[in-house]
Amino acid sequence: MKKDVSNILVVGIGGQGVMTATEILAEAALGLGFDAKKTEVAGMAQRGGVVSSHLRFGPKVLSPQIPLGEADLVVGFEAAETLRWAHMLRPGGTVLMNVARLVPPIVELGLFPYPDDPVASLKKLGLTVHAFDANELALELGNLKLGNTVMLGAMADYLPFPADVLLAAILKRFSARKPQMVEMNRQAFERGRAAVAADEALPA
Amino acid sequence: MAAIVPAPAGSRLFLSGNEAVARAVWEGGVRVAAAYPGTPSTEMLEEISVYPDLYAEWSVNEKVSLEVAFGASMAGARSFCAMKHVGMNVASDALMTMTLTGISGGLVIAIADDVGLSSSQNEQDSRYWGRFAHLPLLEPADSQEAYAYTLAAFELSERFQCPVILRLTTRICHVKGRVEVGNRIPHEPGGWHKDPTRWVMVPGHAKNRIPKMFERERLMRAEAETSPLNQLTEGTDRRVGFIASGPAAMHVSEAFPDAPLFKLGLSCPAPLNRLRAFAASVDAVLVVEETEPLLEEELKAAGIEVHGKDVLPTQGELSPDVLRPAVARMNGETLPVAETVAAQTVFPRPPTMCVACPHLGVYYTLSQLRNIVISGDIGCYTLGAGHPWNALDACISMGASMGMALGLDKGRGEADANKRILGVIGDSTFLHMGMQGLLDITYNKGNVTILLLDNRAVGMTGGQENPGSGRDLRGEETRRVDFPKLCEALGVKPERIRVVDPYQLPVLFKTIREEIKIEEPSVIITDKPCVLVDYYQPQKPYAVTDEKCTGCGNCLDVGCPAIHVTRRGKEVKNNGKEVDLAFVRIETAACTGCGLCLQPCAPKAIEEAMPVSPIAFLRTPQ
Repeated sequence: MKKDVSNILVVGIGGQGVMTATEILAEAALGLGFDAKKTEVAGMAQRGGVVSSHLRFGPKVLSPQIPLGEADLVVGFEAAETLRWAHMLRPGGTVLMNVARLVPPIVELGLFPYPDDPVASLKKLGLTVHAFDANELALELGNLKLGNTVMLGAMADYLPFPADVLLAAILKRFSARKPQMVEMNRQAFERGRAAVAADEALPA
Repeated sequence: MAAIVPAPAGSRLFLSGNEAVARAVWEGGVRVAAAYPGTPSTEMLEEISVYPDLYAEWSVNEKVSLEVAFGASMAGARSFCAMKHVGMNVASDALMTMTLTGISGGLVIAIADDVGLSSSQNEQDSRYWGRFAHLPLLEPADSQEAYAYTLAAFELSERFQCPVILRLTTRICHVKGRVEVGNRIPHEPGGWHKDPTRWVMVPGHAKNRIPKMFERERLMRAEAETSPLNQLTEGTDRRVGFIASGPAAMHVSEAFPDAPLFKLGLSCPAPLNRLRAFAASVDAVLVVEETEPLLEEELKAAGIEVHGKDVLPTQGELSPDVLRPAVARMNGETLPVAETVAAQTVFPRPPTMCVACPHLGVYYTLSQLRNIVISGDIGCYTLGAGHPWNALDACISMGASMGMALGLDKGRGEADANKRILGVIGDSTFLHMGMQGLLDITYNKGNVTILLLDNRAVGMTGGQENPGSGRDLRGEETRRVDFPKLCEALGVKPERIRVVDPYQLPVLFKTIREEIKIEEPSVIITDKPCVLVDYYQPQKPYAVTDEKCTGCGNCLDVGCPAIHVTRRGKEVKNNGKEVDLAFVRIETAACTGCGLCLQPCAPKAIEEAMPVSPIAFLRTPQ
């Protein structure tokens, strides 16, 4: 298996900012001179459907999709979605996940169950799992939309480049589009990063 | 909407295939670009519309968009047209004759195949259009090629005097990659030149154009034999040589980096001589094609021995994961079993209608009616076929709800004599291809009730403008079609045209009940906008008062994604029947106060949420 290409799979549901987060991550990688490709399966993402965003970067990227069992990192914006995509990880890969649950009508109608404990199920698969409530962290800062920056912060120490590069890419994006949001995003980033560090410190 | 200032030449941008094509359309000096939205092609025109120096439009359907582009070409302007795969089914009537007339200004038609059906009713291989219409077809494999091939397509179009097809797939349109861009080269239209033998395709003229078409194809075949768009990678492992195009070629390079690869960029007409020589240079050949075995069959017909669909699937996207075991099968090898993480079973998460979507009221109402058949159409409202409504019974193609409804009416036997036939169609789909069907219903005295869901947007593809929205592609105001008048002009009696608010469930229910009983064509128009439009006005959210909720679950039948179950229970009714209970809450942050869920709530447990912010509290009149 070629390991000069990094494979990061970011998953969630439409409207959570999965695609934007992956885009920022890609910008950070491109800024370092990597080749990068980003692709989504998001046919009806605006309708609360599943979104899985593949980011691959390295000296040269060919296929845009991450091959089965070759994701280095699965970043889950929603608990059940993280479980859905865990098989994409390479054995021993890492899961960083939001424990918040977004329950669709099909489950509310009683047609399918929501998994009891996605975090426990993932750990049972022998994966390294760091879980935290990104929605809660975002709401503490007063805006649920900061959730995707919290998730980016969570990834910061699991990338093959320094955390500051990712933070700079986030802040650059907001300086251009929403300068009033720069400081909030910096805080959201640090909270996500700290949440993972705190989870790491816990005994497994 | 002001045009953007395009990035300077030499910039290295991170672009999707659609964005890369748009950049090339601008650089190529295109004057007119037209399309009807459709996944995965939609963003091409959206992106083109923000560039300066060109005209871009949403057309009412793909056929019109191609005719607009062709008209511009006749005037000598470079023109561009984009559509999803099924769009060409609609546009092909025009295509099959413009291959005879040829073009004046360069004309490029981008067709985007939804391989894997992420958002389509079928899976089609648009490469066949190149063969069917005897037109050159280019297949880029990433964003940089999407950009470069678009420019190359204009050059080919003008050199061979014919439209050129740019065949894309979802994994080109929606993959972002690096693109180095260049300068815009303006292209002044060559002007309209009257020439009936060229532009008026009556039999006498068309007959004379057919030999020219075949002569052009012969020259194109020679071009393909030498075109730099067709690239050979020698490789070192000569056991299996691959022939592939588009994303499939990328997957081959990824999975078999040492293998010889003949990558087709100008794939129609196929360079058979070069492919024959390639086949002779390797032990075995595998043609790697997504969906159809088009090239495989052409090569076999030419006497070239190849493998293809004997080991590869005829459906869905390819990937290195699919290719590796296929090649192992071909070589009679077994792959070592890789250590993997077991896949977990998780509930399906089909797309839902949005919170407060006006269609929710329509489908809730339809789900309450019995003895009806609902002929459906393409759009967000196709989701009405799903839970909890199960209130859409057929869907095949844009506008088909009309004709299918009439056919269901005329074809019914005794068993269905008492069934009421309904058609459900959205505003944009109605204008795309539904109007003619309604005319057929009135002309032929069908006993059909049509629900025309006018939400003033092309919702499914992201809320684009259309003639029913009153704004054009650039967001500028334009004439808004008057649906009641239009339906009347199509032959529906004025008293059979009813306009209702889809949020008023009792009115909607009563209106539908009345109209389906009357044995003549009627149209019920719902008139509230899509929640995705920028002028949508959210209202105060609602909340469930816990003490009042009886767990009946009626509100869940509305299907709004903002309603969540907090706990479940069981109750034994007086008749001894056990029923399931579901006590609910409303997600305040998501609720926009449309008021639909209140209406079926018998205990009136859903009330305005108390304002949480102290400021909002102060502002609330006491």
